[in-house]
Amino acid sequence: MRTIGFFIQKEFLQIFRNRSMLPMIFMVPIIQLLVLTYAVTYEMKGIRIHISDADFSSTSGQLTGKFTGSPFFVVTSTGTTHEEAEQALHLGKADMALNIPEGFERGIMRSESPQVELLYNAVNANVAGLSSAYTSSLIADFQGNMIADLMGGMQGSIIPVADITYSYWYNQEMDYKLFMAPGILVMLVTSIGLFLTGMNIVREKEMGTIEQINVTPVKKYQFIVGKLSPFLIIGLGELAFGMLIARLMFGVPFMGSIWLIFLFAALYMLVLLGMGLIISTLTNTQQQAMLLSWFFLVIFIMMSGLFTPVESMPDWAQWIDRFNPLTYFIRVIRLVMLKGSGWDEVKDQFYIIGAYGVVMISVAVMRYRKVG
Amino acid sequence: MKRLRGFIIKEFYHIFRDYRTMVILFGLPVVQVLLFGFVLTNEVKDANIAVLDKSKDAETMNIINKLTSSGYFMLNAVLESEDEVEGVFQEGKVKQVVIFEENFAKTLKNEGRARIQLLADASDPNTAQTLVNYTTAVVNTYLAEKAKSEGKQLLIDVVPKMLYNPAMEASYMFVPGVIAIVLMLISSMITSISIAREKELGTMEVLLVSPLRAGQIIIGKVVPYVFLSFLIAATILLVGRFVFGVPINGPLGLLLAESLLFILLALSLGILVSTVSKTQQTAMLISLFALLLPTILLSGLIFPIENMPLLLQYISHAIPAKYFVIILKNIMIKGTGLESVWFETIVLGGITLFFILLSVLNFKKRLE
Amino acid sequence: MSEREIVIRVRNLVKKFGNFTANDNLCFDVYKGEVFGFLGANGAGKTTAIRILCGLMAPTSGEISVAGFDIYRETEKIKRHIGYMSQKFSLYEDLTVYENIRFYGGIYGLRRKEIAKRADALLVRLGFSEVRNSLIKSLPLGWKQKLAFSIAILHRPDIVFLDEPTGGVDPITRRQFWDMIYESASEGLTVFVTTHYMDEAEYCDRVSIMADGRIEALDTPLNLIKYYNASTMDEVFVKIARPVQQL
Repeated sequence: MRTIGFFIQKEFLQIFRNRSMLPMIFMVPIIQLLVLTYAVTYEMKGIRIHISDADFSSTSGQLTGKFTGSPFFVVTSTGTTHEEAEQALHLGKADMALNIPEGFERGIMRSESPQVELLYNAVNANVAGLSSAYTSSLIADFQGNMIADLMGGMQGSIIPVADITYSYWYNQEMDYKLFMAPGILVMLVTSIGLFLTGMNIVREKEMGTIEQINVTPVKKYQFIVGKLSPFLIIGLGELAFGMLIARLMFGVPFMGSIWLIFLFAALYMLVLLGMGLIISTLTNTQQQAMLLSWFFLVIFIMMSGLFTPVESMPDWAQWIDRFNPLTYFIRVIRLVMLKGSGWDEVKDQFYIIGAYGVVMISVAVMRYRKVG
Repeated sequence: MKRLRGFIIKEFYHIFRDYRTMVILFGLPVVQVLLFGFVLTNEVKDANIAVLDKSKDAETMNIINKLTSSGYFMLNAVLESEDEVEGVFQEGKVKQVVIFEENFAKTLKNEGRARIQLLADASDPNTAQTLVNYTTAVVNTYLAEKAKSEGKQLLIDVVPKMLYNPAMEASYMFVPGVIAIVLMLISSMITSISIAREKELGTMEVLLVSPLRAGQIIIGKVVPYVFLSFLIAATILLVGRFVFGVPINGPLGLLLAESLLFILLALSLGILVSTVSKTQQTAMLISLFALLLPTILLSGLIFPIENMPLLLQYISHAIPAKYFVIILKNIMIKGTGLESVWFETIVLGGITLFFILLSVLNFKKRLE
Repeated sequence: MSEREIVIRVRNLVKKFGNFTANDNLCFDVYKGEVFGFLGANGAGKTTAIRILCGLMAPTSGEISVAGFDIYRETEKIKRHIGYMSQKFSLYEDLTVYENIRFYGGIYGLRRKEIAKRADALLVRLGFSEVRNSLIKSLPLGWKQKLAFSIAILHRPDIVFLDEPTGGVDPITRRQFWDMIYESASEGLTVFVTTHYMDEAEYCDRVSIMADGRIEALDTPLNLIKYYNASTMDEVFVKIARPVQQL
């Protein structure tokens, strides 16, 4: 125990003495938390729309009014022809275009089902899909109104409509930041943890001090505990600091138990530190260690469900994700912080990450050798 | 010239002998393309929903069937009362609960309007919103088709057209973006690290006292990476074309020329980074946090710039990758030529000149 | 001489790296309290041998005991009784003098009070009291070397292994460094030192000269000079090492 104490003291001294390391550990993640949380948003406000209306009737006006009145659409240009509509998309001036042909109102009056053209710039398939879904509900709404207004007498041809109401739970204002901040926090804690441990031991290899330690009677477990606990402490400290900022800056709610999150975080850090240690046994230079950690980190982050839902991924990706520690932590932190889930709802994730931690640390300990 | 050639060959050896780095250099882009292509998608499919059907009639059964057969939704639970909603949400699986009012079919028939209530788990606002929209669209389509089949006239006939990407492939969006990211990564990060390494090892001093001129040293360092970056860009284009079917509709020559311009820009950035960093570690961190992350986040690759706070939108104007992504999308997908991207090209050219000038000045200063 | 206690006993030590034999059947004893010089050209196998003796590397075969412990079964016990100073500089550059002493003392299991006591004595003896709180990287190389040696024997080992301890140090500092070695040896410490400075070889009680993985000669410097009919150790070394190197 005493030996471990000396180790921890030494690691902290080195970390806090390194001027380029300190900002990396504390400033950079916080700035990232602030910037990323604002930057990473799919919030759809303002789909840019071009409207071509060749009919100039009150009915076509009602339809275009649906779009101008909707908070989801911003009318960027208007015209009268199909060509103008297409041009607006081609030049990138609009994301979609609505083209109402001449004779639109007359067609409706005569029940001829006049055509209305909707053009989408589908380069971003995601935005196009969502725009089309929005538009569909606006059109349905328009039809409903028309039926009520114009065709009151024509009972037989009434098309029934579903009156769909919706409510958004846990986040009524649909504030994307509430959702992203906890996930980004997990990402930051992960990158710091993986980079620091991976590079730390490799650095001792590069400097030759690891030899000096290997000729001492220090036991493997003492070395590993001594090396890892500072990063465990830093990781948890970082998490606490980040959560405070998320609370103050973004008003992220703490619905569930904070202790549950920290308990999970501690187990999670074991997985991470084990991985860092394994990386350091696989590499000889800091550059290799950095590239290798970076490589895994990118994959872990992309697949974690941080940016896009895990459920949307193909089956093989979801299968791989069972081995992605980030997926579990991001799920748990969101469940507990945003929805107030308790032990019963997240206990499975606890068991998995606990087992994962034990496996990673054991592999790391086995791989670390004092004798070459 | 001969000296320079020898020097360039030495650089090639350095790069190609370090097989671990090579694996990462070529492995990373491929993995990234595949990741972005298959994994990074917001597409809703098989989202778990729960149903609370207080009516249980033919109409609600039909709607539920339509929802589950649409491919968007999967029925995870059938609830009996509103009290159960909180529980299924907290477990985290169910993303939306669909509630039909009592006597749904009857009300729909008699009054022409019946109520459906959607409760969405908006802890993920994007998914919640998408689910609500898709549900609405599925229900509306169902009712419209039903009316049509019963001989009722549709009020208007909506003709939607998906331009440029009729199949709505997500890859059209990400392949250009990945090219930008990877070129930025390889060109600037690896160059800056490699120069910083020579500094750390002290071999830079040897080069500096050699008869090679400063310009030659920079060229020698840069040429292999131009070559490498070009190879990698081509690899991604091929993967994009043949694995994901992303077309190259515009002139290929222009596309390659623009890529070369962007590679030069990234390399000059890399040299600039290396002139300000003493160690590999510093070079790595600067590249990672000052170049790569902003490129990924603010280039419009994943997250639409238009929706960001104004401040970030302003910053995005300073991100070279943003212009490159616009150029790529225009040439590759919309099939336009220089006439639609001249402005972006000039911006990239200007930035490149600026960085080259800056790094040469910096380099010279160090020599004195 | 032979009645003296043997602290390192090496019989038929072999170390192979694939086809390359770095140590070919080494046999020698080192006695308590002597300064044992381990000489050889670069690549002769000195560093491999010293790393095996310190337990940093496993031998391919051979019987070896260090400080009375078997090198295969009791590696960790050996480590309590030895000190090691590598040719690669091994103090933490970003820690102060005192922090290095405290750390290395600590991992050898010394108590904080004991460390403080020994550190004070050490700093006074080296005349380093003013630099106690300076970072290692701010010290000149010779100082670092002396400090590294003192730290390597802080836990009072039976044997200290020095792997080219004076590389790159000026002659005056080297002289002072050897004074420290003698002083420690006179207190009963066994010193096992590799070097390629031949003048240093003459300071040793006995030297062994390695060439091409084998020990070609082992005796006191005086006897070796006599035997090889040379005037200095330098000549002895050239006579032994050159024929092999020319191959």
